Amino acid sequence: MEGHVHHSSSVLDVDGLLSQVLLAIPFVIAFVIYLYAYQRSKEKGREWPIYRLVLFVLGTSLALVSVIGPLGVRAHIDFTYHMLGHLLLGMLAPLLIVLSAPMTLVLRALSVRNAKKLTKVLRSNVAGFFTDPIVASILNIGGLWVLYRTELYMTMHESLLLHLLIHMHVFLAGYLFTISLIYFDPVPHRRTYMYRTIVFIFALAGHGILSKQIYAYPPAGVPTSEAQSGGMLMYYGGDVIDAVIIVILFYQWYQSRAPRSAVMAT
Amino acid sequence: MKKRNIWSGILFGIGVMGFIDELVFHQLLQWHHFYDWSTTEVGIFADGLFNAFAWFATIGGLFLLADLKRQQIFQRTRWWGAVILGAGVFQLFDGIVLHKILRVHQIRYVDNLIVYDLVWNIGSIILIIIGILLLRKATQHEVKEG
Repeated sequence: MEGHVHHSSSVLDVDGLLSQVLLAIPFVIAFVIYLYAYQRSKEKGREWPIYRLVLFVLGTSLALVSVIGPLGVRAHIDFTYHMLGHLLLGMLAPLLIVLSAPMTLVLRALSVRNAKKLTKVLRSNVAGFFTDPIVASILNIGGLWVLYRTELYMTMHESLLLHLLIHMHVFLAGYLFTISLIYFDPVPHRRTYMYRTIVFIFALAGHGILSKQIYAYPPAGVPTSEAQSGGMLMYYGGDVIDAVIIVILFYQWYQSRAPRSAVMAT
Repeated sequence: MKKRNIWSGILFGIGVMGFIDELVFHQLLQWHHFYDWSTTEVGIFADGLFNAFAWFATIGGLFLLADLKRQQIFQRTRWWGAVILGAGVFQLFDGIVLHKILRVHQIRYVDNLIVYDLVWNIGSIILIIIGILLLRKATQHEVKEG
């Protein structure tokens, strides 16, 4: 167990069946809830667009692929695969799920009374705090800095609990980050486009700088060649996925500025 | 209206030059290095921030352009002048501050680097001059039409 994470003898603990099943459960539950809400909404006579269902299925599938099966196991042996898994779990899966507007669907499926309760939670100050782009960025990008710039990355391979917590954090922080920037579900605490843009620029910069730091100074226990390919994958992969979020953010700005007549026409 | 055409153009010019830099010098020619061991700490930070800004500038500049077109206040000469000015400013900033002062990376890892630096920076000054001339032309044109 000394130092080198790559041939750790605790393989059965961290990426064994138990770990995979525990990480898969939340996504399977979310999947069932979404399908159930989809059906409920239909029964209430309100069709839910099929493309959103497809986006949700794609998003949860990618999240599952990154934590279970061959990619999940490979991620513990090779840092490049770990980074690929991170891009899927922390960026692409959250983006696809945000685009599927899960909260809107759940609100539709609930009874009026329960929907009101849920709306109250969304309006709460706590929800407002966590959906602030600065808070979400610190949780997301700051979390990554802690993971890769401290001993945490190495410790993660030896503790099942840490392994589970970190992977859930990567997904949840990625999701929070995405909903703090682009609005598809009801957003009681709205921030201006300018505010979101400025915070986003710094968050993207933090992601890029960390990628280069990983390239230059590999995390403890990661061979240089893997740190370099992993760092570059993080840099360019992050740029591509964030570019999609930037396009959506500005497209929403563009639509918000539409003259009244244009809004009526669409 | 004048300001918004200029802003849209400058942002797009900065962004598109950043994009060309990445595509041509990093990926196609592979002259620039992803990471240079002589980079200063400030260099990594400045480069990261600038790269992020360039992404936003490219996409934001284009959406501003779409908004100008929708409102039918797009001014062709002024917009292109601003694009070329923005591209030149980025190129000069990249060539002087990022390459030389912060040593993020060099243009090419060869002996006669000074030739590359000269061509790079003089090229960017030419772009800036062309941009300014186009912007002036746009203003003169307006004055004439009254």
